[in-house]
Amino acid sequence: MSDKPLPAVPYLKIPSDGEPYLQGSRCGECGAVFLGERDNCSKCGARGGLATEKLAERGELYSYCVVHRSFPGIDVPYISAIVDLEGGGTVKGNLVGVAPDPAKIDFGMPVRVVFRDALGRKDQDGNSYLAYFFEPA
Amino acid sequence: MTDAYVVGVDMIKFGRFPEKTVPQLGSQAALLALDDSGLTIHDMQALYCGNLGQASGMVGQRILQEIGQTGIPVVNVSNACATGATAFREAWTAVKADLYDLVLAVGVEQMGRGLLGGGGGGRGISKEGLLGSGTMPSVFAEAGMEHSRMHGTTFEQFAKVSVKNHHHSTMNPKAMYQIETPLETVMNAEMISYPNTKLMCSVNVDGSAAAVIASEKKARELGLMDRAVKVRASVLTSDPWQERDLVMPDVNSCTRKAAAAAYEMAGLGPDDVDLVELHDCFATAEILHYENLGLCKDGGAGQLIDDGEVALGGRVPVNVSGGLLSKGHPLGATGIANIYEVSTHLRGEAGKRQVEGARIGMTHVIGLGSACGIHILEKAA
Repeated sequence: MSDKPLPAVPYLKIPSDGEPYLQGSRCGECGAVFLGERDNCSKCGARGGLATEKLAERGELYSYCVVHRSFPGIDVPYISAIVDLEGGGTVKGNLVGVAPDPAKIDFGMPVRVVFRDALGRKDQDGNSYLAYFFEPA
Repeated sequence: MTDAYVVGVDMIKFGRFPEKTVPQLGSQAALLALDDSGLTIHDMQALYCGNLGQASGMVGQRILQEIGQTGIPVVNVSNACATGATAFREAWTAVKADLYDLVLAVGVEQMGRGLLGGGGGGRGISKEGLLGSGTMPSVFAEAGMEHSRMHGTTFEQFAKVSVKNHHHSTMNPKAMYQIETPLETVMNAEMISYPNTKLMCSVNVDGSAAAVIASEKKARELGLMDRAVKVRASVLTSDPWQERDLVMPDVNSCTRKAAAAAYEMAGLGPDDVDLVELHDCFATAEILHYENLGLCKDGGAGQLIDDGEVALGGRVPVNVSGGLLSKGHPLGATGIANIYEVSTHLRGEAGKRQVEGARIGMTHVIGLGSACGIHILEKAA
């Protein structure tokens, strides 16, 4: 078992000497941005030449839904949000700090990415995980 | 290149049949379609079988083990919710290529209940409810909200789709449900993923559908042109790159690409289409596809449903079968069931839900991941 939390997804990076961040990669040919590391660009077909970068911690809400029915053990309701990050990259995550009510949620609202424990979820080996969430900025 | 015709097509009444096996369900539709054409399994030169749940289970061969092992080539197809349409298209391709004169396409599915998608998989912890939602109702709710963002589409307009399709299904004895659902009932049903309530989600059912496709020469030789339906266009696309692809499966661009190619192949346009069976896996999805298929201008979908133009009796009736929302959505069977529905109207045999004077019809399915299958059908002259 790890004595430190593990990243919930591969594109969440936890440096040993710094703050966690979301990692993207940008195509050197066409500029398309992807989550995490990858070998080739699926926008323009370029082989290689994708450089990794830290994605921005600020963005805006592109679309969302409010989830009322999920699988057993998952707390509802919650907001499933799609966020466009400043400078490129789109990520999905829970929007917290806003009532799960469409009347309270605005398209385009500014949000920031925050890093927190993964709602207490542990894997079968007992490891804890670090996840990311969106909050109104 | 020869033209290809549907000379036999049918589906079983969709429902829940846990006592049947997948090959048994597929066999029922295969025999119905063969009977519709007046032919037998001995006349078929190849079988194209669509199924998702047992994609590695040689379902096509097991159907022949139920109805006649004639030794013909069998191709088993899996392409998410476009599976049935893909099987049909593979059959069409073989006839167009002059490989065969008579082929059978079958789509079949046996479904569980409950939410699809969001299962995750892989190591670590479940991401559902942690990093947003990956369930199908959520994914299509987010796609619907994107439309709301761009065009101001309302919860009520999405809900009206479900009212319409449930109404249509009251006239379809092969639909899973024949129940009227007024607007208040739809909007007040259990909220699954806003804006999709339970009545705005397609029904998980068991079902099967099948079609016999013939070359023009063979259809004429057998005297089957009277009820034959010409395949004017068959198109399959995958999803072109979009900037939000990785978190937001895109059902729009693959549909637009397929629709443009299908209209070009058929040599006609959206105004020529008399009815459409499109992929209403969720009420939100149907709204998007009005525009994706060119049934109205971009941003006009809300008005289209408000004005009743897509209801039976309207300008271009959509999902008069009841659609996936009420007829049901047995994933691998859906694409061929759509072909049955449109063919039945073109033949003038749709009873109470008949679209009067229907001459050209379109079918559309989306398999998330993504695949889009479109067919344009015409009553043979």
